[in-house]
Amino acid sequence: MTDYSMIDFSDLEAASADEVVTHSYVRDIRLGSGRTLALVTLDNGRDHTRPSTLGPRGLLELRATLTRLAERAAAGEIAAVAVTGKPFFLAAGADLSNISALGSHASAVKIAQLGHAALGMFGKLGVPSFCFVNGLALGGGLEIALNCDYRTLDESAAALALPEVFIGLIPGWGGATLLPRLVGIENALKIIVENPLKQNRTLRTADAVSLGVVDVSFPARNFLEDSLAWADRVLGGMKVARPHVPGAIEKLAKWDAAIAIARSRLEAKLGPTPQSPYRALDLLKAAKKGSIEDGFAREDQALADLISGDQFHASMYAFNLVQKRAKKPVGVPDKSLARKITKVGVVGAGLMASQLALLFVRRLQVPVVITDLDQARIEKALTNIRADVEALFTKGRIDRDEANRLSALISGTTDKSAFADCDWVIEAVFEDLTVKQQVFAELEPLLSETAVIATNTSSLSVADMGAVLAHPERLVGFHFFNPVAVMPLLEIARTPHTDDATVATAFQVAAALKKNAVLTADRPGFVVNRLLAKVMGEAARALDEGTPVKVVEHALDPIGLPMGPLELIDLVGWAVAGHVQDTLTNAFPDRFYQSENLHRLAATGEPVVEHDKHGKVIGLTKAGAAAIQVSGAGADAATILRRVEDGLADEIAIMLNEGVVAAIEDIDLCLILGAGWPFQAGGVSAYLDRVGASERVNGATFHNPPIRGAGN
Amino acid sequence: MAERTEVVFVDGVRTPFGRASEKGMYAQTRADDLAVKAVSGLLARHPNLPLDRIDDVAIAATTQQGDQGLTLGRTVAILAGLPRSVPGFAIDRMCAGAMTAVTTLGSGIAAGQYDVVIAGGVEHMGRHPIGLDADPNPRFVTERIVSGDALNMGVTAERLHDRFPHLTKDRSDRFALLSQHKAQAAYDAGKIQPDLIPVAIRSTEGWGLATEDEGRRPESTMEGMATLKTPFRPHGKVTAGNASPLTDGATASLLAGEQVARDLGLPAAMRMVSFGFAGVQPEVMGIGPVPSTERALNRAGLTIDEIGLFELNEAFSIQVLTFLDRFGIADDDPRVNLWGGAIAIGHPLAASGVRLMTQLARQFAEHPEVRYGLTAMCVGLGQGGSVIWENPHHKKYRKGR
Repeated sequence: MTDYSMIDFSDLEAASADEVVTHSYVRDIRLGSGRTLALVTLDNGRDHTRPSTLGPRGLLELRATLTRLAERAAAGEIAAVAVTGKPFFLAAGADLSNISALGSHASAVKIAQLGHAALGMFGKLGVPSFCFVNGLALGGGLEIALNCDYRTLDESAAALALPEVFIGLIPGWGGATLLPRLVGIENALKIIVENPLKQNRTLRTADAVSLGVVDVSFPARNFLEDSLAWADRVLGGMKVARPHVPGAIEKLAKWDAAIAIARSRLEAKLGPTPQSPYRALDLLKAAKKGSIEDGFAREDQALADLISGDQFHASMYAFNLVQKRAKKPVGVPDKSLARKITKVGVVGAGLMASQLALLFVRRLQVPVVITDLDQARIEKALTNIRADVEALFTKGRIDRDEANRLSALISGTTDKSAFADCDWVIEAVFEDLTVKQQVFAELEPLLSETAVIATNTSSLSVADMGAVLAHPERLVGFHFFNPVAVMPLLEIARTPHTDDATVATAFQVAAALKKNAVLTADRPGFVVNRLLAKVMGEAARALDEGTPVKVVEHALDPIGLPMGPLELIDLVGWAVAGHVQDTLTNAFPDRFYQSENLHRLAATGEPVVEHDKHGKVIGLTKAGAAAIQVSGAGADAATILRRVEDGLADEIAIMLNEGVVAAIEDIDLCLILGAGWPFQAGGVSAYLDRVGASERVNGATFHNPPIRGAGN
Repeated sequence: MAERTEVVFVDGVRTPFGRASEKGMYAQTRADDLAVKAVSGLLARHPNLPLDRIDDVAIAATTQQGDQGLTLGRTVAILAGLPRSVPGFAIDRMCAGAMTAVTTLGSGIAAGQYDVVIAGGVEHMGRHPIGLDADPNPRFVTERIVSGDALNMGVTAERLHDRFPHLTKDRSDRFALLSQHKAQAAYDAGKIQPDLIPVAIRSTEGWGLATEDEGRRPESTMEGMATLKTPFRPHGKVTAGNASPLTDGATASLLAGEQVARDLGLPAAMRMVSFGFAGVQPEVMGIGPVPSTERALNRAGLTIDEIGLFELNEAFSIQVLTFLDRFGIADDDPRVNLWGGAIAIGHPLAASGVRLMTQLARQFAEHPEVRYGLTAMCVGLGQGGSVIWENPHHKKYRKGR
């Protein structure tokens, strides 16, 4: 058992001179019963744009405060201690800026221990402790609550979560030990492992109550007063029901089985590479028995290992890309140049066009008109879009008035002159240069001089498309990812002709659509498709060489991609993959691999791969096996992995030289947001640096110094 | 035309009153939030009242701008979690705002147009000093309609001393001292606290909880009072000691028709007998409760001798003394302001009327021998307001004279 009071944390304190300290203020509250409760308020003194976070100095202050309160409790001066936060926040977790800067495994152990030394005091006060969760409580913030004896929750709190696994950590200030003992193993798995891996999902307040994370919730209008009155009743002997606290039967029958199921799900979904989810499982499994103190010691070790490892640092890099860079795209002209969009035109009435029309009308709330050559196709599209609007209403996403408004804003016509007063026209017609040029040539005379023309092409040259335009400066690539409503990335491709006003408008539109846009040059496949083509090409090559499907599918496991390469091809469609492959091979014949087998498999017109129950590709179907022609004994997994690593490192360096994007960070951001590549790989560059691929191929790492943990 | 319905005062609450100052306990608390706390706290005491039975919400404020703007009754109703179907409005008669909210909505009940209503008031004088940003018509002065001094309440109090020289500074100070002592005694006996709704307050030292009135000065002495400055006149008579302090606070009350209250299981704490408002010379506004009380007595067919308990708002000692003197009541008559008054507790202008009623209702329960009580107050720009109430605990309640 670790005696946290004996540890010297002065080195952490010294290393955190620039910390925005969350202070622990104390005021005595006289409760209705006459008892005195010491109320601790966590407040970093900043406004709502800077949530309170927990760094070394703040934790040491909290520990000192709680130590004094323990003395007052012993002296009989106070009957209870409660903790709450400044308006809207309890605390948004550990101060990650300082955590990621820690220099060694030894200091990483200390930051884990300091959390326990401070938060653990809530269990050692000698009087009951309460946490009044008045707002956002993430990570270490929620662990403050878990370390207390009782918890109340403000029904307006923005979110509760233990997101550590999402960024390569584990809830190591008590969360991994205390939560399963409070809410049961299944709820704990959901909160600690499943939610972080579902795009970092958070708990809503009703869920926090029903899962047993908090004891009771109160409306915001009287939250603190109601919490204090509730605490007074608890102090007076009121029983607090804890229906989710695991009993002997749950521990005996359910615990290990739940862990095993979660583990097999993780293995299927993520493969073996990401460390934090498995480390969390280990801690949750061990939390079943033994003392809390032993659990805390295990957390210290796990947290220190992860903090000093590579994956956490890559995750922090990725997290910052998504949180910061994605919100302030680089290289974008001043937004004052952006034109106002009051009406949108969509050329085409196919599936993609319908998805775009729905997204534009929902987010921009301006008239959206779709056109097509065929009135029947237009009617069908309008029916589908309005059904989608209706579905949003049925799901409770929008109210009746809003549904009526959106449906009324959508219209369709075969008469392209309806585009005359559009400020923005986007085409989503067949992916063929001649077709698109015809559309533009026909369209332009009907448009106003300043209307922006956007194309959702994924692989054609935007500049070639614009060759037919009188005003090519108004043309911009605006590449969505499927499904349009869900995928957060937009690649905005600027041709040599595109003017600043057009680019600025495109980024304003992207923001209004709630998408993260990255500026790219007008180069084949932009960023995501170009690099995915690299991966898919290598998979196809391996297949052509006679490599078994299973070997191909698992060869890239060490990167931790969200799906195997053949699973990815199967998802985008063999014909589309073949087309993308052709495009890139035509553009860069010496670097991209073209496989006839892709076309052969596409030509079967039936399922070509077998899936297991998790959707993973495990082999070819009979039709698939019959369709392909292979020669050779196949490549081994290590070879395939190395080809992909080297190929990516090579291609990315070339892309940076070509100026496809402003910096390596944009490549990673695109892969994370557009293809779901993992945080722990830092998109991909942190991975390529740490496995030596960048140095092998380019003679230098992408990042200098490479993004690595202190343990390496 | 519906028959007249009897109006009962079911319950009243208030926030603890705070000192109106940057250092006061509500310095970082919004005015509308104070009103929301009062209304929420009031409703929490009547969990069986279906909220959609509330027909209207009137919240008074003297300065209806900023966080006291936007038709307070409606905003407070929404923020307090009342159903959207419950309407609300703001009301203003300066210091008698909450009193006017009670009489106005009570009249609606009497006329059969309301069943259950909420009436209250709020004044955050720290954020909204009286008269701030007001633009009085220059005709008041140029045509000598009203003296410029009439807008300064302290000056009007000095003028009452001029008019009634026998009401000396010494009597004023003594009355104020007694108010402080009575208020403290009431606190010590736990009379005041049951109707206070605690309010969470933010400060630079973290969150706290307001549970008591902040402006009380039980340690006051006559000697100390004598040394206080007279800010309204050199060598004057009105001091911070014998005037009510600038105050932040909110009140709320629940009124209902007599039969509706019975049906809903709401207790009747008082029955509204009559009310009166009256205008007086603005320069001596403190005399206002005299004619307003005469009106209320006349309408009720009562005499002053039949009033067993008085809750008089203590804007200034001299103004209460003027009232007592006019009706032949001793300065220290035990029927008057049993638990002290605004001099000790505070006077958040438009909120105060309901505080008087809340205290009178409590006192009725303790004094079943008293049949009638009076709540009365002076009002800026020369007015008085008075409401007479009957005690349901009295053996002759509702049985005629």
